[in-house]
Amino acid sequence: MPLTLADLEATDAPDKEYLWTLNFGPQHPATHTTLRLILTLDGEKVINAIPHIGYLHSGFEKLAEHLDFNQYVTIVDRMNYLSPLANEIAWHHAVEKLMGIELTPRCKYLRTLLSELMRIQDHLLNVGTSALDLGAFTAFLYCFTMRERIYDIVEFASGQRFHTSYTRVGGVLFDVNLEWVNKVREFVRDFPKTHAETHRLLTRNRIFIDRIKGVGVLTKEDAINFSCAGPVARASGVVRDLRKDEPYLAYGDLDFKVCCSQGGDCYARYLVRMQEMAESLKIIEQTLENLPAGPVNVEVDGGSRAVLPAKPAVYRSIEGLIQHFEVIMPNRGFETPKEEIYAAVEAPNGELGFYIASNGTKTAYRARTRPPSYIHFAVFPHLIRGHMLSDVVAILGSLNIIAAELDR
Amino acid sequence: MIDITALQAQFGSELSLSEFRDNRRVICPAEKAHALLSHLYHAAGFNYLVDITAVDYLEWENATDRFGVIYALLNMEAGERLYVKVFVNDPHPTLPTVYNLWRGADWMEREVYDMFGITFAGHPDLRRILSPDEFTAFPLRKDYPLKGRGERHNFPVITRADS
Repeated sequence: MPLTLADLEATDAPDKEYLWTLNFGPQHPATHTTLRLILTLDGEKVINAIPHIGYLHSGFEKLAEHLDFNQYVTIVDRMNYLSPLANEIAWHHAVEKLMGIELTPRCKYLRTLLSELMRIQDHLLNVGTSALDLGAFTAFLYCFTMRERIYDIVEFASGQRFHTSYTRVGGVLFDVNLEWVNKVREFVRDFPKTHAETHRLLTRNRIFIDRIKGVGVLTKEDAINFSCAGPVARASGVVRDLRKDEPYLAYGDLDFKVCCSQGGDCYARYLVRMQEMAESLKIIEQTLENLPAGPVNVEVDGGSRAVLPAKPAVYRSIEGLIQHFEVIMPNRGFETPKEEIYAAVEAPNGELGFYIASNGTKTAYRARTRPPSYIHFAVFPHLIRGHMLSDVVAILGSLNIIAAELDR
Repeated sequence: MIDITALQAQFGSELSLSEFRDNRRVICPAEKAHALLSHLYHAAGFNYLVDITAVDYLEWENATDRFGVIYALLNMEAGERLYVKVFVNDPHPTLPTVYNLWRGADWMEREVYDMFGITFAGHPDLRRILSPDEFTAFPLRKDYPLKGRGERHNFPVITRADS
């Protein structure tokens, strides 16, 4: 049963007067961002939790109806800000599917590489902070040192550390160069050390295991019925990964494994994330060494009118200038089919999809996000019931709730 | 792949199928929506609800209905996706809940209610989820302006003197 206000009223009954109510959040170090829980406690045991969300709701989906397909990428960045590029890739994946644009091989590999860097970045933060919330400070520092390196890599490619806005319809903003490739090579060389150190610090750490093993168990049936995806579902034994099941970008060419666990508890989710980082590193290595040469953006000559031309072409040729204006001038812009489409990618947190309804203009008529955080947070009251108050932090950490994506 | 003619035989010929790229979409009348979704869940193996969303067709060219509610389904064993689209209209757009089939529908339906004002009959806890409880408008409807209707401007502010 879901939790309703009626349940809360039932706990006010005279025979249940020993129960008390605790307000958790909206500002609390362990919620990481602004979300609020109303917990009903029996001693230290949580018997009821009612999430209140929407503190960060800022109307992203309404904005999508007023910004064009290239402009909205700056907004999707701000959804899951732990791995902004993964959102951008998901958004433009849906847009390109709508327009029927086939990317160049180099762009496919580059985006694959960046998605996997983002997966490592997201999982590093998740592992680090969920350990931090449980009192293990050192692992957090190890993880954040490596996250810094990814920020540097992303900054080198896009000019921005955080909200990169790097992808464009039919390609990316700038191509990468050899120096960038070497930077990623260095990361690939150094990361296994940090990964192994984090493993040594946490995986067999008695205190850490005592806090998370057997806590927040999600069965396989529940994971499917509650629409869970990504590491949360895979930790419950659901063998589903869009990278394998519906290969997009360059995933079809690559050799990697889908990481699953049977446990379904917080420890299983931690293990799945740790293992996924190792697999992501394998993918990065493969894409990096096989990065195809050639243009990164779809050729303008190829008949596509949706692609921004390269800057030198804009400045030095009349065709480039015309094309540039065709894309960005307010009375021109994209031509899209009058259709509706859903397309999803495997974001670090789970299936991140966009449902775009387009009426033929340069802006989406409606752009719905399927946010994994939102879907996973709905499971939280189910997971916490019967656990101790201190487990709230462990379960919240293991679900990886990002409030900006939760509320949009 | 689910056979549309078999579905039509069971649920009537109003059911229509349209395809775009790899998306297959079944358009279903509102009164048969729950029976169809229930059939898809129990008999056709669509055990996973990917998403529920809605589109307001107020400004859509040649639209005949006001709202379209889209159920994105997935058959996990076969890896098949299917989109069921149901049109509902003013003044009381309402559909039966699918919470009894997929518990994941709980918050998805609440969000559709919050943003579009489409109610789901039988939902156990249909409250606003993202906007505050005292909010009266439905922000993702097309007749709601981007800047809002002064909600922020008229927001009660507690000053230090009043507190």
